[in-house]
Amino acid sequence: MKTAVIRVELPYHLQNLARVGAEVSLEVPLPITAAAILDTLEARYPMLCGTIRDHVTKQRRPFLRYFACQQDLSHDPTDTPLPKAVVSGVEPFIIWGALAGG
Amino acid sequence: MSSVRVLVGTAKGAFILTSDGKREKWDIAGPFFAGWTVYHMKGSPLDPNRIYASQCSDWFGQVIQRSSDGGRTWEQPGGEPAPDFTGQPPGVSNKFVYEGNPGTHMWYDGTPHPWEFKRVWHLEPSLTDPDTVYAGVEDAALFRSTDGATTWQELPGLRDQRGSEWQPGAGGMGLHTILLDPRNPQRIYVAISAAGAFRTDDGGVTWKPINRGLKSKYLPDPNAEIGYCVHRLALHPSQPDVVFMQLHWNVMRTDNAGDLWTNISGNLPTDFGFPIEVHAHEPETVYVVPIKSDSEHFVHDGKLRVFRSRTGGNEWEPLTNGLPQKDCYVNVLRDAMATDTLDSCGIYLGTTGGQVYVSPDGGDHWTTIVHDLPRVLSVEVQTLP
Repeated sequence: MKTAVIRVELPYHLQNLARVGAEVSLEVPLPITAAAILDTLEARYPMLCGTIRDHVTKQRRPFLRYFACQQDLSHDPTDTPLPKAVVSGVEPFIIWGALAGG
Repeated sequence: MSSVRVLVGTAKGAFILTSDGKREKWDIAGPFFAGWTVYHMKGSPLDPNRIYASQCSDWFGQVIQRSSDGGRTWEQPGGEPAPDFTGQPPGVSNKFVYEGNPGTHMWYDGTPHPWEFKRVWHLEPSLTDPDTVYAGVEDAALFRSTDGATTWQELPGLRDQRGSEWQPGAGGMGLHTILLDPRNPQRIYVAISAAGAFRTDDGGVTWKPINRGLKSKYLPDPNAEIGYCVHRLALHPSQPDVVFMQLHWNVMRTDNAGDLWTNISGNLPTDFGFPIEVHAHEPETVYVVPIKSDSEHFVHDGKLRVFRSRTGGNEWEPLTNGLPQKDCYVNVLRDAMATDTLDSCGIYLGTTGGQVYVSPDGGDHWTTIVHDLPRVLSVEVQTLP
């Protein structure tokens, strides 16, 4: 199975849950998509299951966003191949909390 | 010498307050799970170092935490890092999935609305097994774990009690009270806002509504079986057929396990409120904290007063010594009052203003344990040997 090492940036509260720093590196099977990254992230850090996407439907939680290469990928189908800069490890795949407002 | 450990859930984290049996000097640990909403924490009566916590967030959803050392360290059951990350994630302690096709309940506008898990309101550890714990959730349902909160299974018979007609109150449709009968392990009482109170006598397989005698001006049918906004139930372990209830309006009691309720509001200045508790050693001594109304969720006349009845209701006396009696506009939420079991029974309450108070003498005198926590959602007490 071919893989690529992907950089994933996590929001503060998920860093605390997973007991990691702001960024983790994951060996993700090709092709690199948001779904593949999240599958790998949840397998490596099971405490994050259910905190980013629904356990059953795999729908993104409403107040989270997926960014990469200065693009908001949150509304793209999660099986869409990610930009080359993410696949090559130049840019991170960013999971981020939406603004609270107020 | 005995000591106490007070578990405080707040809107922005959890705190653990500890003291010796005098309950005069306190150590405050926390915040745990800083920045998260902690609806409830409760310890196992069999193993006090086993504590369960419900941690949640609008952003990241539900997380269940478990401590095996009295709250010093915490873990998500089954959520340990997995070096072999090609395997299936075992971390399912926050996976609450309704049994079968849950269908719909009634939405605020009277239309059907899909059943959706939102959060765990209350955790109730078993009286007989430290690895068994119940969870009351929103949208209202009862779940049980028998593996220390690692996995959860719904007890779906509860929703068979006309769950499609249940409707949320303004605060959501949460199952917030779980009372385990210490004499009969097959009997459980639960309460749901705004569906009412329910009882099982077969360990959670089948249920019945127990709302006869309740009155609600929000229900046109005076004999409605369901639809009551029960705020909280309490019982004393020595007489588990006697249950006290803070209803939306009215304080109620039953002497026959919920088959019929009678109004015991008596001389309370207002009978609207959220928490209700029973003295640890006096089964007919009951405590409530009335607030002004369902439109004004703060205490009456700017005074924080706990009311005590030593007669099982109807005759109430205000307890004010040490509590603010001027310019106070806080509330005490349904899970934010608790009692310890020391010889001189301690009463504890947490407010929406972030204060936690203790009375080490059954309510006669009060002192502040801590002034400035975030909004307090829940208070539980462990009496330690």
